[in-house]
Amino acid sequence: MLEAHDLAGARGHARLFHGVAFRVDAGRALAVTGANGSGKTTLLRMLAGLTAPAAGSIRFNGAPMSPFDPRLREAVVFSGHLPALKDELTALENLESLSTLAGASVSRAQLVEALDRVALSRRQMLPARVLSQGQRRRIGLARLRVLRKPLWILDEPATALDHDGTALFGAMLAEHLEGGGAAVVATHQPIDLPPGRMATLAIDACAP
Amino acid sequence: MRALTPALALETAAPATGAVAPAFVWALARDMRIAFRSRAELGVQVLFYVIVVTLFPLSTAPERGLLAALGPGVLWVAALLASLLSLPRLFAADFADGTLEQMALSPWSLPAIVSGKIAAHWLTSGVPVVVLAPLLGMQYALDASALSTLTLGLLLGTPILSLLGAIGAALTLGLRGGGALLALLVLPLTVPVLIFGAGAVDAVRAGLGAGANFSLLAAGLLIALVGAPLAAAAAVRIALD
Repeated sequence: MLEAHDLAGARGHARLFHGVAFRVDAGRALAVTGANGSGKTTLLRMLAGLTAPAAGSIRFNGAPMSPFDPRLREAVVFSGHLPALKDELTALENLESLSTLAGASVSRAQLVEALDRVALSRRQMLPARVLSQGQRRRIGLARLRVLRKPLWILDEPATALDHDGTALFGAMLAEHLEGGGAAVVATHQPIDLPPGRMATLAIDACAP
Repeated sequence: MRALTPALALETAAPATGAVAPAFVWALARDMRIAFRSRAELGVQVLFYVIVVTLFPLSTAPERGLLAALGPGVLWVAALLASLLSLPRLFAADFADGTLEQMALSPWSLPAIVSGKIAAHWLTSGVPVVVLAPLLGMQYALDASALSTLTLGLLLGTPILSLLGAIGAALTLGLRGGGALLALLVLPLTVPVLIFGAGAVDAVRAGLGAGANFSLLAAGLLIALVGAPLAAAAAVRIALD
């Protein structure tokens, strides 16, 4: 589904990594690990099509991709450090707004069901301002669930999640892979997945 | 665990890539809703406009002729400043919380989303300025024909201020001291709008009619309507890199 060849990344004048190559097929996940500042976020932003690589190429379903390629925007759900939540809107409104923006036509019942799945259904009418960091992350998980896009690109999805939340994320990821989806996940914590589903890319090994 | 739902099979079939109308409507409705929830901010900006316009008659000689000559220019400059005051809000909040990222990655057309946001900016900052203009203009002893010309000019001109401002707001995203830089970028661009808008009242007074001024404002509005969303969207993409 997603392939990278000889990718190099830089932030300003600092070169972060080079020679990154991998392939993620449907039903597989790639865990990107590395020290703080090693370029995990930069790599993920490249894969999502937000940033142009300093060198190398990214292919999606065999076709070479440039930043903001429509085919990529159609298929990818990107979840970065920033939660994209509006303090003024309720949890339900935030979820609805983000799903509509991603081009998904989702019914109210599906939204409520997704919030229920992440144990937020009793908080759905509260403005996001009063939610905790973990609860805000859980809205992000609910978004993954309602969007049903084939490729997930997730930057530290388990940050601020409690034990239950981390387990829930693992279950949702397993479900997504089982359904033929793929994922690239930058993470510090190990993710519980059935054997053979996940490969690991240690980005430190690609430092220049 | 719930019943397994195959992710790919359930993906909605109709590709919406580059869709314009739903993107515009979504962005407009969302920004209006958020603006309505934070009404206090809107109030501040309208009050700012009212106060600036009111300060001039209080601080100059109370002569009818002088006030009538000053009035249109003062209202236009105040409208420009009020628009500028709310511009940082246009993209900065969405940039800071990551929504702008999601907008740029949406399958929808980014210029259409940006257009919706600009429309919301005009409805919340431009429309109050236009609506209050006849009332505030009375402080300057403007007669009925001058007031209507001024208001009509503002109706044509304030959308241009929002459109040009959006380009500046997008270009200064993520920069330190972006607010001041934004003013330096946008103010020179708005000079023609100011000249033709405020000049319309003078033209009517001189018996020339405001037709030429309004035509030029309308032409500027059309150009800005086409060009500004594209430019602002391009600047947003650069800012996200």
